[in-house]
Parts: sequence; structure tokens; C-alpha cells
Amino acid sequence: MALRESWFYTVFWRRFRHNRLAIAGGIVVLLLFLLSFLAPYITTWEPGAIDAYHVLLSPSPDHWFGTDELGRDVFTRVVYGARISLKVGFVSVGIAVAIGTVLGLVSGFYGGVVDTVIMRFVDIMLCFPTFFLILAVIAFLEPDIWYIMAIIGLTGWMGVARLVRAEVLSLRERDFVLAARALGASDLRIIFRHILPNAASPVLVSATLGVAGAILTESALSFLGIGVQPPTPSWGNILTAGKDYVEFAWWLSLFPGLAILVTVLAYNLLGEGIRDALDPRLNR
Amino acid sequence: MLNYLAKRILAMIPLMLGITLITFVVIRLAPGEPVEAMTALSPKITAETRQRLREFYGLDKPLHVQYVTWLKKVATFDFGRSFAPDHRPVTDKIRERIPVTLSLNIIALILEFGLAIPIGVFAATHRDTLYDKGITVFVFLGFAVPTFWLALLLMYFFGVKLGWLPISGLHSLGSEGYSRLSWFGDLLKHLILPVSVATFGSLAGLSRYMRSTMLEVIRQDYITTARAKGLAERTVIYRHALRNALLPVITLLGFSLPGLIGGSVIFETIFAIPGMGQLFYQGVMARDYPLVMGILVIGAFLTLVGNLLADVCYAVADPRIRQGRG
Amino acid sequence: MSWRRFFCLVSLTFLVSCSSGSAPSVPPRRAAGPPAYGDALVVGSIGEPSTLIPVLASDSPSHEVAGWVYNGLVKYDKDLKLVGDLARSWDVSPDGLTITFHLRKGVKWHDGADFTSRDVLYTYRVTIDPRTPTAYAEDFKQVKKAEAPDPYTFRVFYDKPFAPALASWGMNILPAHLLEGKDITRSELARSPVGTGPYRFKEWVAGQKIVLESFHDYFEGRPYIDRYIYRIIPDSATMYLELKAGGIDMMGLSPVQFARQTDTPEFRARFAKYRYPSFTYTYLGYNLKNPLFADRRVRQAITSAISKDEIVHGVLLGLGQAAHGPYKPGTWAYNPNVKDFGYDPARARTLLAEAGWRGTGPDGILEKDGRRFSFTILTNQGNDQRIKTAQIIQRRLRTVGIEVKIRVLEWASFLTNFIDKRNFEAVILAWTIPQDPDIFDIWDSSKTGPKELNFISYSNPEVDRLLEEGRRTFDQEKRRRCYWRIQEILAWDQPYTFLYVPDALPAVSSRFRGIEPAPAGIMYDFIHWYVPKEEQLH
Repeated sequence: MALRESWFYTVFWRRFRHNRLAIAGGIVVLLLFLLSFLAPYITTWEPGAIDAYHVLLSPSPDHWFGTDELGRDVFTRVVYGARISLKVGFVSVGIAVAIGTVLGLVSGFYGGVVDTVIMRFVDIMLCFPTFFLILAVIAFLEPDIWYIMAIIGLTGWMGVARLVRAEVLSLRERDFVLAARALGASDLRIIFRHILPNAASPVLVSATLGVAGAILTESALSFLGIGVQPPTPSWGNILTAGKDYVEFAWWLSLFPGLAILVTVLAYNLLGEGIRDALDPRLNR
Repeated sequence: MLNYLAKRILAMIPLMLGITLITFVVIRLAPGEPVEAMTALSPKITAETRQRLREFYGLDKPLHVQYVTWLKKVATFDFGRSFAPDHRPVTDKIRERIPVTLSLNIIALILEFGLAIPIGVFAATHRDTLYDKGITVFVFLGFAVPTFWLALLLMYFFGVKLGWLPISGLHSLGSEGYSRLSWFGDLLKHLILPVSVATFGSLAGLSRYMRSTMLEVIRQDYITTARAKGLAERTVIYRHALRNALLPVITLLGFSLPGLIGGSVIFETIFAIPGMGQLFYQGVMARDYPLVMGILVIGAFLTLVGNLLADVCYAVADPRIRQGRG
Repeated sequence: MSWRRFFCLVSLTFLVSCSSGSAPSVPPRRAAGPPAYGDALVVGSIGEPSTLIPVLASDSPSHEVAGWVYNGLVKYDKDLKLVGDLARSWDVSPDGLTITFHLRKGVKWHDGADFTSRDVLYTYRVTIDPRTPTAYAEDFKQVKKAEAPDPYTFRVFYDKPFAPALASWGMNILPAHLLEGKDITRSELARSPVGTGPYRFKEWVAGQKIVLESFHDYFEGRPYIDRYIYRIIPDSATMYLELKAGGIDMMGLSPVQFARQTDTPEFRARFAKYRYPSFTYTYLGYNLKNPLFADRRVRQAITSAISKDEIVHGVLLGLGQAAHGPYKPGTWAYNPNVKDFGYDPARARTLLAEAGWRGTGPDGILEKDGRRFSFTILTNQGNDQRIKTAQIIQRRLRTVGIEVKIRVLEWASFLTNFIDKRNFEAVILAWTIPQDPDIFDIWDSSKTGPKELNFISYSNPEVDRLLEEGRRTFDQEKRRRCYWRIQEILAWDQPYTFLYVPDALPAVSSRFRGIEPAPAGIMYDFIHWYVPKEEQLH
């Protein structure tokens, strides 16, 4: 294990450092975290402060990004929206990773009928147009943020399951696992001590890309009116509120639109960077 | 080969069963009943009337009975009649919508492959140059921009500001009277924006995959050998490397379908294109259970067929598959 | 063009033509060239009709299109007076219990068959047939007997006087020769209707458009505009861009579009904008079975804490008016003397204190017997104005110490799981305001059963008595007195906080002439709209 860790810090970092795009992505992601934690200190407005007599004001020193259709400060809402968008991204990906990891581990570790059943289930789930499933479930339940995160997670675990299973299959017969087994380690111990840490890197990549996907899915749901509900600001619902005014109140769509774009881009570049740096085949 | 094909088709049967079961469970466990959506609150409707409607639609039977009845019908592609007040057979409704969605997606798919493969190869051969980075950012931009926002901006710019392109729909008014050629031209004009938006959004996945496959192939021994033989770099890349890198891309064809079909909800809504995505969204909102179930099953079925086709292509291209593990 | 006298919970924001009103604000401009036949009106709609057999439809797009294809026996004219449509005239017996309709002769169905009383009788029978899944049977169940003594006479008998009886015969008449003896739910007329109206069905391209053609033999004369095209554009932003790019000729604007986006010389040159109060009112309704709202003072307090002016300003940008009761300002049933308390947060606090809500928790929320004053407002998705209204109310009530949560629900599940099961605390919804002021179904204490419309469980014996009295007489003065008194009681009881009556804001391409805004809106006279020859586009 010690060997692996040192590999991580030297080789991984050496490679990652040279990828400027990935570094930029990482910085944006860090900034977003800062932004959402420090939201109350960054802006003096309240995200829900309605002012019915000052709706749709254009950007000014008072309101950097203008005001929305209820007179709320768009800058403030975009900053607070970062919290929600990140929450949606992380919780749903967390669910997907949890399910995918467990099923992938079980499937790969035990093989046989269990493996067949789980993998057929993966095949079936992969056949559905995911967005259709999400849409049906959300519309039939209610557009509650927890449901949204849950259903994005429940329809997004198949990739992770396949990755983890493949990793397990390749590790199962490796020396250190066989050695551990010979020493009488339990299944659980082998899984947690030896297999999981090794399967972590491909899952990390897939999770990074998953966060980006979840943010986009939320905005698409918002467009259809069944995303995160008001008054909670999410980038998706601010952008949707602005879509009817693209030519006249451009500030209402431009800023949340850019926020989504930059964030999703950053996560993708970061994920790609991690993947390249981890890929042993891409030796320089 | 026939043997392989037969095996593949047989393997589809349990998958199809699984698809129908998941569809049924997901839809039927949802709260609310279609009868309610139909009558809403508008009339002074009696409980008795509602019961009549329930019976009319067979909702008063137990769930597993409903599933088996439904499954029998699904086997013959009969999804029952829509709960919408028009009561049309779901199959009819889907049939008139499917060509639009499929052809749009196929055009987008062709463009996607036609653009993403060269982009990926170019990025791989120019690895770590400014070109590579520029391309990376460009394709990810397409992925990252919310579809409906980009669509609106393009509609505003090309449709209202410049007046070059039609904004929404598939045909101009009065296009029935056009000559065949200008009718087709009119249709193409209407397709430019939606197809561009769909293609731009899907470039990232494939081109990145192509890039990494290509990089991997380039480092293989036989490429090094080819280079060592003194072959021109051009020949090495396009004759040897590309051919091998293209193989795994074929399998991606099938898997691109569910994503494209799913995404069609958004751009069919924004571009007012009467396809399956739009129909599905309306069905979901109106709780038109037979319709929603029908589209889910057919959408998944299309993916299955897509995968089968992709696998067959792969097997044709790579004999190891059909002989060895088939 | 709405013939329905039924109450409808309104779900969407902008409907082009179902509404109608008084004093239009934008006068018709540019009288021009002589009327000419030709051209087409392209209307944009978010929703697609579900069926063109009106008796089976409960959505407004269906009625909007079917309204051009069919006729009723009677209709409302531009001043909202009942006049003959397929009926040339009618006699009401002195006791009001029998109505005899004398039908127009020489009226043709679009397929050439003659229209007769057999069609009316069929329509009546199929409507009350228990096998017909219709929402509109109840009014016709008041009919004791209906008969067609000869091809051009139709007679109905009632047990008791029923004031809305005549208006109910505005129902669209269906062709008996195509439907009799068949299952109406399976009829192809749902997709290709045959009526007697000014426009005949031409084609329906699913998800794209419905095309109607002018019916040259229409009994009121051939309409000038040759085609009426109903284009389905599911997204409101797209629809507006289409209007600007010339892809559609007419749509209902949002208040922001009307007030801020279209106030340019360029838009004014290309479009005529109209503005008139719609026939709907939006309200905040309380579940009176909930102990929280059982006390009248609490409801009065909430109304006092809400600034209707702020809502009209912020949500409608001033394009609408505050509502104080269930009728449209300016109609005969509307009582102009009734006003509620006005925005007065201090009074709200006093009333709440009187009702026992004194203590406050650490977060400033009122408490009583250890219970916090917190409730959830439900409303439906797809209606921007209501969601905005809910957010403003949430904000205002917070300042008097009431916590409000908002839940936006999908329409169908809203009705099924919340309204029908009485599983709500408060809702923001809207009712249509029918021409006849009979509001028995919404306010009578007998109408609180499952699925009935008095879902807030309002019960007031005096209101019950007045409602019965109001529907059992034909004397308008007597009825006016009943309904005026009801409004006074409702204003005191505040079972709803009546919020606003929004304006309808249609924009029509300025090449269309002959548009004469009237209390009934602009569409009532569509067959006389025209486009001068030199301006015709299609």
C-alpha cells in the first residue's frame, strides 16, 4: 500500500500538474465551494428579498447582475444557487456511487448467478432513455429536491457498477488478494482493505463527470418546470425564469447560464485530467 | 454468424421482460390516477361516474393481473388506448411521432460521428498542443451549455435578429404547395438549428473517446513497428492506427441512442418539433399511463435493437467475436 | 367564445380567446381597404387539443378550436347578451319551466346534411348518457324531459325553475347522423370533426397544427379569413420569438411582454395589442376543516397582511385588478360596495392576538398553545403568476409572524392527492367566472362531498339560502340582491382571500382589420375580420 500511495503523490501529481486545463477546472471547482460556503459574506442581499416595485432592473452598482421578475438580486441568487446546484450534484452522485459500488463489488466478487442477475439488471437499466425515467418519476411524485437527487442517483449508477466490477475481476486473482485470503481474511476485509482502495480511482473520475451531468439534468428539469422549486434558487430555475426574456432582460438568463456552463466545463476538465493522470497506459 | 445472431436475439428476450417489468412497476406505483387527471375538477362529477371510468379503463383489477394483461398486449405491440380524451391507440400516437424523432436523431448521430471522429483523431495526433486544448474546451462547451438556453439564443440570433432561419416547427406554412425540391429544402432549413444543437451537445463524449482510443492504439507495438519500418506518419496514422481505433467506437453507436432520445424532450419542446420526446412529456404531465409505458418500452426496445445492430457490425468487422466468444 | 357555464379551475396563465371583458384599452387602429376574402390567421398555443368532440373535452385548447367548428343553440353576443345561434328564437313558459327553441332552417352540416332538432336531441341524450365520459352532464340532469316535436322545434321541461337553463343550451350541438348508435368515445370525429360552424375541419398534424377552412355556406355568411391555423408551440419563449419573426399572428402576451418587451415602435407597427379583464379570478383558499383557519379572525388577519396592490403590481405589472369577491368588476352581479380591509399589517397582528396567537418563538413565528403558526400553500406548476404570488404572500406573512411554505405540484396529482382528499392547508387557484352568476357549486354547504367543488368546506346557512333563491328565479333584480348580499358575507367571512382578476393581453398582427373590441373580447366577431387584398400573406 505504501508503494501505491507514494506512486499517487509523485506520478499522479507530476502528470496532473502539467495539465493546465485540468488545473483550471480544479481551481474553478474550489472557487465554487468557497463561494457557496461564503455566500452570506459575499453579498449583502438576501436571496429571497422580494421587491415587487423593482422587478427586472438591469445590472447596476446596487445589483451587479440586475434583479429578477420579483425584484430579487440576481447576483445573490446565483451565489446561493451554487449551493443548491452543488448539493444536487454531490448528493445524487453520492447515491449513484454508493449503489454502483456495492452492486459492482458484489457482482465481481461473488460472480456466478449473482453476477449474471446484477449485470442483466445493469443492461436493462442502460436501455432506458434515462431522462425519460427521471421525468416520469419526478412528474408522478413531486418536484422535491430530495426526490430529484434520489432519482438522478438511482438512474445513474450503472456505469459505476460496471467500472467497479471490472476492477474487482482484475484484482480478485492478484497476489495481494490471494495472499490476504490465504491468511484467512474475511470477504469484507478483503473488499474494504484491498479491493475498494484500488477501485477508487476510476470511480472518482466517473463521479466527477457525474456531478456535471447532475447539474445539467437539474437545469433541464427546471426548464420543464419540475426541477428545484421556488423560492429556493437553483441555477436551473433562475435560468428558466430568464428564458422568456432573452432579448430584453438578458441578465436574468446570462449569469445563471454562464454559471452552469463554467461549472460543468470545469468538472469535465478536472475529471478528464484525473483520468489521464491515473491512466497507466498513457505513460509519457 | 447466424448462430451468433440467434444467440443475441434470444438474449434480448429476458432483457425485454425486465424492461416491461421495470416500466410497469415504476409507472403503476406512482400516486394518482389517470381518471382524476381526465375529469380534473371542472365538472360536478359524481363518485359513481368516476367508478364507471375506473372500470372503463380496467383500473379496478389487482396489479399483477393488470401487468399480465398488459404484457400479453405488449407482445403484439398493442399498448392499449391513450387515457387522453381522444382515446386513440397508443401505438398510433407513437407511430406518427417516431419517424420525426428517429430521423432527427439519426441525422444528429451521423453528424456526431462524422465530426467527432476526425476531431478526436486530430486531437490525438496533436496531443497537448494548443489545438488539442482548444478542441477539448470546444467540445466540452457543447456538453456544458444548457440545451434550451443555447437553443433560445440561436433562435433569437438566426431567427429574429438575422431572419435567416425559421424558429420552430418542421415546415413553413403553405409548404404543402411547394415543389418537392423546395419542400425538402424548407424542411432542411427547419432542421438546421435543432440538429446543430443536438450534435454540438453530443460531440464531447465520442470525440474524447476517440482521442483516448487513438492514443492507446498509437502506442501499440505494431504502430511502433510500422513507424520503425519508415512508413510515413500519415500512412501510419490513417492506414494502421485509425482502422483499429474505429472498432470499439462501433459499439458506442447503440449506446448513443438512449441519450439522444432522452435529450429530445428538451429540444422538441423548445423547437416545437412533434416528436416522441414531446409526446412523452405531455403524456407524463397528463398521467396518460398507457402512453408513458408504451414510450418507455419502445424507447428501451429501440436501444436494444441499436445495440444489436452495433454488435453485429462489430462482429462483422472483428471475426474474433463471432467465432470465439459468440 | 366560451359557451361553458361550468366552473373550471384554471391551470394555465395565458389563454388567447376563452376570456372576454369590458373596456379594451387599445383602440383599433388604421381603418383600411375594403374587406377581402383570403389569408390565414395563425394562432399560437402552448397546449394541443385532446379531442374535437367538445362534450368529451375539459381542456381549453380543445374548446378553443372546436368553438369554430360547432355552434350552440344560443350564444353570448359582443355585449354578453344571450342571443340565438342555431336557435332562431325561443319561448320560455310563464313559469319558466319549459323552453321551446325554434331552430334555424337551412343550416347545413359541413358534410352537406341538414341540421335538425334530431341533432339537438341526440346531443342532449349523449350528454346525460352514463356511458359518456363527460364533465358536462350535471346541468342537463336538471331537465325533466326533452322532445323534438318537429325537425325545427326542440322543447325541454324542467321540474323547478333553473336560472342558468337557457345559458346551458350554448352547448355545442353534435351531428346525430354521424354519431347516433355509435360509441362516441371511439368516434373519428374526435380527430376530424363535422360541425355547423363558420370553419370546417381540414387537417390535424399531430403535435404541429390544426387547420380549419372557412365554411362558405355558413348561415351567417362566409368568413373573410380563409383559414384558421392553430399552431402548437409548447414553450412560451419560443412562441414569443415566433410572433416576432412572423411565424404566428396572434398570442396572449404575459404582463412583462405586454408592458416592457413590446413597447417599441417596431412592435407597435406590426402588432395591435389589446387589453381587457379576463373572466377568471385567482384566490388564496383555506381549508376550513383545518383548526388553523377555523377562526374567522385568522383569515381576516391573513387578508390584511397581504398587499393585493403589491401582487397586482409585481406579478401582473399593473395589468389586472385586485379582486374582492367571486365576480368580475363591472358585471351586474358584482357588488361594487364590497371592499375588504385593505393592506394593514398592524390590524393583522391585532386580529391574530385576539385569536390567541400571542407568543413568539425564537424565530419570531407566532405561537399558540405551543403550536407554531406555519402552513403550506399549494399551487400548480405551469402557472408562473401563481408561483410568484405565493412567493410574495410568503414574504408578507413572514413579517406578521406566520411561516409559509410553498409547494408547487403537478396539476393532476394536485387535484387527486390534495384537493380531492382535502389534504391541504391553503391553495392558490383560479376559477373561471361564468356569464351566469349562479355559484351554487362552489359555495353551497351541500357541495362539500368528495370531488365536489366546495373543497374548502365553506358552510354558511344564509349563503346557502341565498344561493338556492338566486338560481330558482328568472328575475334579474331579485338575483342581483341575492348575489350582492352573498358578496358582503364572503367579504366578512374571508373563506378565500380573493387576489386578482388578471387582464387578457392578446397581440394580433396589424394586417388584420375589422377587430372590434367589446365586452366579449375580440374573438366573438372573428368571421368579420379581414386582411386587405394587398396585405395578404398566405
